Amino acid sequence: MSAVQSLEEFRRQVAAWMAEHLTGRFAELKHRGHAGDGDALPDLRREWEQELAAGRWTCPGWPQEYGCRGLSVAEQVVFQEEYARAGGPGRLGHIGEGLVGPTLIAFGTEEQKKRFLPGIREGREFWAQGYSEPDAGSDLGNIKTRARLDPETGDWIVTGQKVWTSLAHLSDWIFVLARCEEGSVGPKGLIFLLMPLKQPGIEIHPIRQIGGGAEFNSVFFDGARASADCVVGQPGDGWKIAMTLLSFERGISTLGQQLGFTQELATIVEIARENGAAQNPAIRARLARAWAGLRAMRYMAIRSLEGGTSAEEELERLGYKYHWSNWHRDLGKLGMDVMGFDGVIINDDHRREQLRQMFFFTRSDTVYGGTNEIQLNIIAERGLGMPKEPRGKA
Amino acid sequence: MDLNFSEDQRSLRDEVRRLLNDQASSAAMREAAEKNGGFDASLWDMAAAELGFCATNVPEAFDGLGLGAMELALLLEECGRRLACIPAWSTIAVGTPLIVSLGSEGAKSRLLPEIAAGSYRIAVALPIDNPQVAVRAQQSADGYVLDGAVSLVADLPSATLVLVPARFEDGKLGLFAVAPDDGLKIGSVQTIDLTRPFGALKFEGVRVGADARLDDAGFSEEALAQALLPGRLGLAAEQIGAAQGCLDLTLEYISGRVQFGRTIASFQAIKHRCAAMVVDLAEARSLLYGAAANLNIGASEIEMEIDALGVLAADVLWKVAEESIQLHGGVGNTWEYDPHFYFRKAQATAFMMGSSDERLARIAAQVIDGAAA
Ligand SMILES: Cc1cc2nc3c(=O)[nH]c(=O)nc-3n(C[C@H](O)[C@H](O)[C@H](O)COP(=O)(O)OP(=O)(O)OC[C@H]3O[C@@H](n4cnc5c(N)ncnc54)[C@H](O)[C@@H]3O)c2cc1C
Repeated sequence: MSAVQSLEEFRRQVAAWMAEHLTGRFAELKHRGHAGDGDALPDLRREWEQELAAGRWTCPGWPQEYGCRGLSVAEQVVFQEEYARAGGPGRLGHIGEGLVGPTLIAFGTEEQKKRFLPGIREGREFWAQGYSEPDAGSDLGNIKTRARLDPETGDWIVTGQKVWTSLAHLSDWIFVLARCEEGSVGPKGLIFLLMPLKQPGIEIHPIRQIGGGAEFNSVFFDGARASADCVVGQPGDGWKIAMTLLSFERGISTLGQQLGFTQELATIVEIARENGAAQNPAIRARLARAWAGLRAMRYMAIRSLEGGTSAEEELERLGYKYHWSNWHRDLGKLGMDVMGFDGVIINDDHRREQLRQMFFFTRSDTVYGGTNEIQLNIIAERGLGMPKEPRGKA
Repeated sequence: MDLNFSEDQRSLRDEVRRLLNDQASSAAMREAAEKNGGFDASLWDMAAAELGFCATNVPEAFDGLGLGAMELALLLEECGRRLACIPAWSTIAVGTPLIVSLGSEGAKSRLLPEIAAGSYRIAVALPIDNPQVAVRAQQSADGYVLDGAVSLVADLPSATLVLVPARFEDGKLGLFAVAPDDGLKIGSVQTIDLTRPFGALKFEGVRVGADARLDDAGFSEEALAQALLPGRLGLAAEQIGAAQGCLDLTLEYISGRVQFGRTIASFQAIKHRCAAMVVDLAEARSLLYGAAANLNIGASEIEMEIDALGVLAADVLWKVAEESIQLHGGVGNTWEYDPHFYFRKAQATAFMMGSSDERLARIAAQVIDGAAA
């Protein structure tokens, strides 16, 4: 069998599994739980994670030595595409699978891998990302949350506040970037800790978002503990580990994400046909432009996954996040404009509500994971070698 | 789908880049643009004869290299980058594919080996703003008679071979090859783009021999449209290359110019605009390579992709050229600095092979009313 044939065979296999399992009590999860709807049906989505795990579809790209399938990049892309095509729900296990696992595989001790990877793979333990703080957003190096070593127990005792922590209220664990060297500034003196969220020193307060839902939280730490074996790398290595973790963020899931975008565009086209907006030449041109951008995005993603290493290809890769997030934000507006006034009326039509949520949530696309302005700084400075922004004093 | 370049593709691009960096300098481009009507004969001789540009997409059976749309794209990107004043697009991207896809075996074995060897500079007699057949053909006792006018033909002044798609009375199309001195009336047309010469053609009962006809038994509009796809792709490649060249010279300028005690490249307002241009270029270029790969295999949505590519390529060249003049300040408004040559090309190419409005309308028809929705 040729590589292409076996890939198509694999595609059929994934599609068949999804058709067989995303039914019955799981049927109501179809298309739910994505950005803007991230806190929908949490209990059923936990069970869905275990269903996926039983089919060995969690962490399919992790190496086989961790009990996973060790899929190639091409196979992972196919999996993501078929998952999205079937209407697979937003993954509660995404942060564990996409960020924590790869980081532990790269930097974790044997004990840490044994302790944490199975919980992620089996869809039992869910993770949150504790980077941002009130005074440390774009300027992540400015974090102030403190970690102090308790000489008696060897635990690290953590005090401070994280904010915008997605899904913390539905998670079991959080990884925390904290300052472990008194008086250190910037990227120096940081520690990367793994902490259980359900413990006395931690309080989680949901924050209501512009779309009305509450997917992110403030997480307050007041003498919360991380045991000595929950430090990743050495104390002081935190920045390096935190940055490596971020590099996993631009991964395979982008192609699955694009399938979601394709479905959103199709919904907008469908509504435009129904309500007559499709007769409007300006709307037609915008829909066509959206199609063009999405097609280009597809090839950008393929080129970046293929991993060319020339300076030109590196530069293109730096532009990917800025491209997709702005494309998607424009789509959010286009969906509303296609609906016209009808779009601003709140009702329970599912498609219209989905587009309304997208309108609000796509504002976040250009903020989280590095804002638009930070992306442009990175492209200019790292990609084009232009002078760096000066830092202010204090 | 594999969009990473092979070793061969990389070395082809590097070789072309090296030649053009040496031979298509700004001074050479200006000399050709200002004094020689936008044609650099010695650069053409080097490119066609020494580097074998014209063999790129001629099939191996006819002494060519038999390479595909990806290589075509790489080559034209490089030409665009340096604003090379040679008829590469007309000859390689438009003319050659017409013969390869529409020509009879006999015509191909007669013409293609010579084309591959670089013996012809081709112009295609289709109105550049709207490539619809404008010439009529009639059979005569010893050949054919051609009538009609084509007001705007790219690279006509330097052409040594004119390809003429013409319509017979029964609606079928034929493809003819005529020499510019075969009784054609050639008028010159001056455009704002000084790096590509244009001309006007008039056929008034021009008699050509039976062997001037290149196709076997006529072809459809649809077949002609298909044969023009590499030309559309190549034009976008040239625009994207020009945008890159223009961005490069802008980055160089702003990193040397000092105001307020620092280079203007250190101002965030300027960094961000350059970075945004990088993203637009990456977007257009990714679509270029994706469409090239799909053109090679004849994928189903290729026409839509090439229309989309045309829109993105025209947009990015316009944006970069406009920004380039702005970021150069006063000198950007002088004849002496180069940005205006790119700015000219941006506007002149924006309406070649149709407009972005038409392209978007076709895509919309597919996305909204057609199968691609
Ligand atoms: C939906 C959502 C989910 C999130 N989930 C998480 C999570 O799970 N875990 C987590 O740790 N964080 C999370 N974040 C936080 C996110 O990473 C930060 O919001 C982001 O990094 C920006 O930081 P900030 O909010 O402090 O904004 P600021 O840094 O204060 O930025 C405000 C504005 O100033 C601009 N700005 C800042 N610096 C510069 C500069 N040098 N040059 C030019 N402009 C500048 C920014 O671009 C922005 O427009 C989430 C955010 C959102 C919206």
